[in-house]
Amino acid sequence: MLSFVRWCGHLALNTLHETGRMGIFLGTVLLDIFVPPLQAKQLLRRISFIGTRSLLLIIFTGAFMGMVVALQGYVALRRFGGEEALGPLVGLSLIREIGPVVSALMITARAGSALTAELGIMRITEQIDALEVMALNPIKYLVVPIFLASLITFPLLNGVFVTVGIYGGYMVGVELLGGSSGAYFTQMSSAAGSDDIWMSVYKSLAFGAIVAWVSCFKGFYAGHGAEGVSQATTQAVVMCSVLILVWDYFIGSVLLL
Amino acid sequence: MTMIRLVNIRKSFGSQHVLTGVNLEIPDQAIYVIVGGSGVGKSCLLKHLIGLMHPDNGQVWVDDVEITALRRRALNRVRNRFGMLFQGGALFDSMSVYDNVAFPLREKTDKNESEIREKVHERLAQVGLAGVDNKFPSELSGGMRKRAALARALISDPEILLFDEPTTGLDPIRVNAIHQLILDLHKLLRFTAVIVSHEIPEVFSLATHIAMLHQGVIIESGSPADIQASNNPVVQQFISGRIEGPIDVR
Repeated sequence: MLSFVRWCGHLALNTLHETGRMGIFLGTVLLDIFVPPLQAKQLLRRISFIGTRSLLLIIFTGAFMGMVVALQGYVALRRFGGEEALGPLVGLSLIREIGPVVSALMITARAGSALTAELGIMRITEQIDALEVMALNPIKYLVVPIFLASLITFPLLNGVFVTVGIYGGYMVGVELLGGSSGAYFTQMSSAAGSDDIWMSVYKSLAFGAIVAWVSCFKGFYAGHGAEGVSQATTQAVVMCSVLILVWDYFIGSVLLL
Repeated sequence: MTMIRLVNIRKSFGSQHVLTGVNLEIPDQAIYVIVGGSGVGKSCLLKHLIGLMHPDNGQVWVDDVEITALRRRALNRVRNRFGMLFQGGALFDSMSVYDNVAFPLREKTDKNESEIREKVHERLAQVGLAGVDNKFPSELSGGMRKRAALARALISDPEILLFDEPTTGLDPIRVNAIHQLILDLHKLLRFTAVIVSHEIPEVFSLATHIAMLHQGVIIESGSPADIQASNNPVVQQFISGRIEGPIDVR
């Protein structure tokens, strides 16, 4: 019993300590964003890595996500003769929920894990220490460009995901299953307003910040050796995925209620 | 004149007490070698000199500046006087050798690209690496990687150069080649060198001063001749490489 209490106490202290370190890390990154100069070359490199190189994956998953939603939605709506509501169903679910969440999860799997591994390897091979020795700020040089690139690319990739998803839904709902083409887009545009689009943008901005923050923190403070890097990468992916889903609920609650 | 002074440096990691009161004075323009067994905290001690690690207790003086309590900006002013050669080189693996060596000049000076090119080629030639500009660190041998890292460490003309086991993993010929390179560059550039090593007896012909770290403290320091003549049984066991003696090798 005593050992269980000790274990619980140890876990609570470790969690508190880690949360504090993550908070300080985030605070440092946010402050360093405003410290000149902007590492423009690094920023472009990161936008290319997180954004451009995720584009195919986002188009592919976005198309199939839209197709799945349209297929399931059409079958469900047909039971009570509401096929004309397919457009709003696909549009709203993609814009409000599926687009920001699934695109963020996809980018986490592709880019977040790679960023953690890259920073982790730089840590264990003393490349981050080398930057410190050169009197350069490694957070400013390595982390700030990733953070800014995430804030730029996540909403853009979300936009691509939603757009492709809507057309994927159109292919299944209208072209394949014979729904009305006019109703699909007309009903969607009358149901989805600017509030829904802003919600989508806010969510993807928040998810971009979460993925950059967690991935960089885990890589920046990776433990020793290959095992340390692999643990950091796993932890980063798991933590990003969980935080994206939790945060999705809270942002939804604030914006909807 | 003393360039670096350590006063009662203590450092622990959890229950492991690595440094338990290190006192050291490193003269200007010396080649100061810190020797000791594997895992006694030599690299840890070296990292304290440049603020990569902070002591639990004690002071680190660089010239007349005590660096342990400095904030980043003030610490960076001190770090601008340093160069460091890391154990594995710590070259940026996404950059070519040329870009690695040019990196500190590009990031910290307003030199134009032709001035940078001239200086990079000068340093690469000095370490015997002319013509490898476009190679990546992964394409270099261990010895070449160390020399490229040395060129990068020297590019900003540091007053103090720290070497973390510069010859580990190299064959005896390359060990001597790196040591000769350090001697030649020291003669040319007159920096203060602090070298962590366990290359016995090679360091005796390299160092102007040697200190031995054992069980968290400096147990002996002096000229290479003083160390070789030491009566301390720990020092004698270390330099002779005997298994039997006060140093526990298990």
